[in-house]
Amino acid sequence: MNFLDLIWLIPLFPVAGFIINGLFGKRMPKSAVGTIAAGAVLISFIFAVGAVYQLAQLPEHERSHEVVVYEWINAGSAVTTGGQATRFVVNWSFLLDPLSSVMVLVVTGIGFLIHVYSNGYMWEEDGFYRFFAYLNLFMFSMLTLILGSNYLMMFIGWEGVGLCSYLLIGYYFHKKSAGDAAKKAFVVNRVGDWGLATGILLIFATFGSLDYHTVEEVIRAGVASGQYVVSQPIFIGIALALFVGACGKSAQIPLYTWLPDAMEGPTPVSALIHAATMVTAGVYMVARSNWIYQMAPEALAVVAVVGVLTALFAASIGLVQNDIKRVLAYSTVSQLGYMFLALGVGAFAAGVFHLMTHAFFKALLFLGSGSVIHALHHEQDMRKMGALKNKIPITFLTMAIGTLAIAGTPGLAGFFSKDEILWQAFSSEHGHPLLWLIAAIVAGMTSFYMFRLLFMTFYGESRVDHHTEQHIHESPKVMTVPLIVLAVGSVLAGYIGLPKWLGPNLFEHWLEPVFEPVQAVAVSAEEAAHHSVALEVGMAAVSVGIAVIGFLIAYTTYAKKSDRAERVSAQFKGMYQALLNKWYVDELYDALFVHRAKDLGRGLWRFDSRVVDGLVNETAVGTVKSAVGSGWWDRWIVDGLVRFAGGFVKTASWPIRLSETGYTQNYALVMIVGVLVLVGYVLWGTL
Amino acid sequence: MVPIHHYLLLGAALFTIGVVGVLTRRNIMVILMSIELMMNAVNINLIAFSSQLGHVSGQVFAIFVITVAAAEAAVGLGIVIAMFKNKETMNINEIDLMKW
Repeated sequence: MNFLDLIWLIPLFPVAGFIINGLFGKRMPKSAVGTIAAGAVLISFIFAVGAVYQLAQLPEHERSHEVVVYEWINAGSAVTTGGQATRFVVNWSFLLDPLSSVMVLVVTGIGFLIHVYSNGYMWEEDGFYRFFAYLNLFMFSMLTLILGSNYLMMFIGWEGVGLCSYLLIGYYFHKKSAGDAAKKAFVVNRVGDWGLATGILLIFATFGSLDYHTVEEVIRAGVASGQYVVSQPIFIGIALALFVGACGKSAQIPLYTWLPDAMEGPTPVSALIHAATMVTAGVYMVARSNWIYQMAPEALAVVAVVGVLTALFAASIGLVQNDIKRVLAYSTVSQLGYMFLALGVGAFAAGVFHLMTHAFFKALLFLGSGSVIHALHHEQDMRKMGALKNKIPITFLTMAIGTLAIAGTPGLAGFFSKDEILWQAFSSEHGHPLLWLIAAIVAGMTSFYMFRLLFMTFYGESRVDHHTEQHIHESPKVMTVPLIVLAVGSVLAGYIGLPKWLGPNLFEHWLEPVFEPVQAVAVSAEEAAHHSVALEVGMAAVSVGIAVIGFLIAYTTYAKKSDRAERVSAQFKGMYQALLNKWYVDELYDALFVHRAKDLGRGLWRFDSRVVDGLVNETAVGTVKSAVGSGWWDRWIVDGLVRFAGGFVKTASWPIRLSETGYTQNYALVMIVGVLVLVGYVLWGTL
Repeated sequence: MVPIHHYLLLGAALFTIGVVGVLTRRNIMVILMSIELMMNAVNINLIAFSSQLGHVSGQVFAIFVITVAAAEAAVGLGIVIAMFKNKETMNINEIDLMKW
């Protein structure tokens, strides 16, 4: 079977599941609904694995397979800003290359595990079928996003995942907080979508196409011919516009506020959409547009700075949060910041690598937290947990592996990817020691808040209330097996991207065709990187050391009996309150934008009700008045004339009417007299 | 041979009687009969002139008149019957639908 030509089917299996579950799910047994949903994703996964395997068989420079399903839009000719004649043609086509193959495997593979897990987690919920229908629709949108071969298909998927995110955050729609969170996610994403749309329009206006390959070729040809040079304003403009889109979808400063609130959705949704897949769409998009970003180093610097600041900012909030899912949410924002840092220093492969490893351990941590929440009957506050280690051992073990992985323990996935990013932040030509320093500090903070989560949940004394305590139970197999698979992945996923001093970086090599430099790089910088193995190892040791410090602080504070947490929070009360309240960013946005928007809305409403409605009402009153006038005119003048004419004729004809007696003989007499007169007249003349 | 003015006088007398009958009588049947009388007065004139002038066309005309008179009588009687069915009367003064 030629899977490569069948990649267009991959998004279609989930859409079939969506249609079946969406239309008939209500009347189907739960087991059928869950099986169909998970099965559809499994088939997609199998097709994806087949296609990627066949792609890997091809020679390196041919690893890019495009399948055109049909010509979608052909909207006639246009002229680019450079004066080139072109046509607006968009195909419904799919592209499998090394980058999209990484994404498609992550999305379908982890997506499948989360679908399976949801079968257990969501079993008791109302609207089971609705959940799975949305989840399948999400898979379709996400797969369209990553497999589409042009920016417009990406945009379709981009909006589709946004919609599904909205629907799933608001899954418990009877809860006001869930509805508000869904709205917030939707509105904040609109800001980002504006940026993405602007970027796409600029791309078409500049390069005359939306197709990835065509755009890339135009840029490469332009660079070769000297038409395009690095730092040209249009590249910076496009790159920044696209990055606004990435900020919205991937929760970067200043548009990250929706993601922590998105935790109102069911936990599998948080794992799938708000940790492993959808929020990485921005990373994918920037990596996909790497030829544009390579031409705009200034935009790359913005990406790097925003990324590292987001990492720091979100990690600082994560230090003190007490809701288990919120800690993970801020951790996700922080890790996404790492990915953007990697992209921003030009290490696209490192960013995508961290995306992949993060998908494993963050999905694992979210699903694990879901398992904890499930065991405790929907308790999410870590202050009401503790000492769960022996009560839910599988959850504990898998979550411990996830924590070790994200904290950067040598040998686990997070170590390799995070270390690569740190190294690139330091050594890349776009990097800077300051970027490295902040990222290293964030690594320590990550280690602290993750171990804090682990210790508060599983160690120490039990703070679970007595009633719940008796019902604590390990989750069913359908939930623990995905946890175990993800834990294995969190351990092993890193080994395909070893640092240079340990072995070949297969992952980076695999992605090389996609991230081929637009211009010949200065070889010396590359060589310098190769030659500083000692420095690289040393820096890895430093970052591990920082992580260990984070671990030790967490261990002594939360695993042991200690009042340090209370003491420190009392000592730095202002700081603690600021962190606990998320730096008051939500309040700031409320004051700056939300309330202003509401004021604007109220003002417009007032304008509407007074001026617009007033005009309408005045017009109505005026019409009524003029109608009275024209009614009078009609009744008295027009009708009067008509009636006068009739009356006049009637009156004037009165005497003549009298001759019409109705007696036949009268008429006959008149006739005969007339004949006699006529005859008499004629005879008179002749005689 | 009877001179022509005798015939003409007879016809004139008959025609006058018919006219007076039409104008004065109230019974529709009598009016119809008076009309018949007027037509026959005309016939007498036609025959008399035909005989006088030795030309046959007068007689042909007379026969035409008789034929038409027969048809007229049929139509007239039909109207009378229809009218009687509606109005239950033969008095022409009671049939004044054309009155203002």
